[in-house]
Amino acid sequence: MSEHSHSTEGHGHDDHAGLSKGKIWKVFGILLLITVIEFIIALVFIPKGYMTQHVGNYVYIALTLLKAFYIVAYFMHLKYEKLGLQLALTVSFVFIIYFIVLMLIEGGFLNIHMMNH
Amino acid sequence: MNAVSQLDQVKTGPWNGGRSPWSVEYGKIMMWFFLLSDAFTFSSLLIYYGAQRFSKLTWPAPDKVFQSIPGIAEHGAPLVFVGIMTFILIMSSVTMVLAVEAGHRRSKKEVIGWMIATIIGGFMFLGCQAIEWTHLFHEGFNWGANPASGKTGQAAIAALQPFFKDGEVSIVAAQQFANLFFTITGFHGFHVFSGVIINIIILIMTINGTFEKRGHYLMVEKVGLYWHFVDLVWVFVFTFFYLV
Repeated sequence: MSEHSHSTEGHGHDDHAGLSKGKIWKVFGILLLITVIEFIIALVFIPKGYMTQHVGNYVYIALTLLKAFYIVAYFMHLKYEKLGLQLALTVSFVFIIYFIVLMLIEGGFLNIHMMNH
Repeated sequence: MNAVSQLDQVKTGPWNGGRSPWSVEYGKIMMWFFLLSDAFTFSSLLIYYGAQRFSKLTWPAPDKVFQSIPGIAEHGAPLVFVGIMTFILIMSSVTMVLAVEAGHRRSKKEVIGWMIATIIGGFMFLGCQAIEWTHLFHEGFNWGANPASGKTGQAAIAALQPFFKDGEVSIVAAQQFANLFFTITGFHGFHVFSGVIINIIILIMTINGTFEKRGHYLMVEKVGLYWHFVDLVWVFVFTFFYLV
């Protein structure tokens, strides 16, 4: 138990230097702003034809990943963790990227298959 | 200094043993690993949804399916209600992070306040989701059921017409949409529900002074990780079901 509290003390030292109340509200503002941009695209840009749905989808995904970055980096504090933990938790997602590619190819093939029948 | 005495020296690097190389407490690492596995589960569900959607020639249009604000507007308000839900969840994520921040300062009173705010946010989100599900049930969507269920020919096409753009409709796509929507948002809602329960437990422990006695509020941080993860998943669900 004493060892435990020692390690948490050492941890607590360099760890929350980056996340003050001001920073929290700033990140909240960024998340809100990104969401508002998504709504403007969905409700104004695409219906009025400034942007096609296809281009919009790429923008949505980019903005979503940006939001995910802010949540994971600041709210979940990963930005202030050791590099080893950061890598362990992010590099694992190569499998997900591979899976996405795999399943979209599959879906695309089925789509063509359906059109031909 | 000769070579032998150098070998005898105690190594103090992070990976030389005797310490936690990531200087993260055990429970927190385990929470991260659980969240990683959970992220894989959600990814699999969403990727399957994407593959289904890719394989279909048409798909229900989100701004046609989700265009009501329960109790205010039945039609013509696409995305507004889900916008409110998204705002609630982001807001509750902020209150959670503020609870963690208060925990760092060991301010018991503030932790209690922000935890209560987070729990209220969680319940509000669950309430909104219940309303949204009820609305979709009334429109005929359910697991294994869509507005065209039990109808044939022109009647089936007419039943689905309001939910599709460009005139083309598909019963299979409508059904797949319903199944995947309820499964994925249901799985997410179940996570929110468990998150609220865990938050309540942590709130009670805080009120009892358990963390005060322990000397740290690490438990609040761990629950916070889970709660932010739930928010994170919603960001993706929101994009892929409501925007794309």
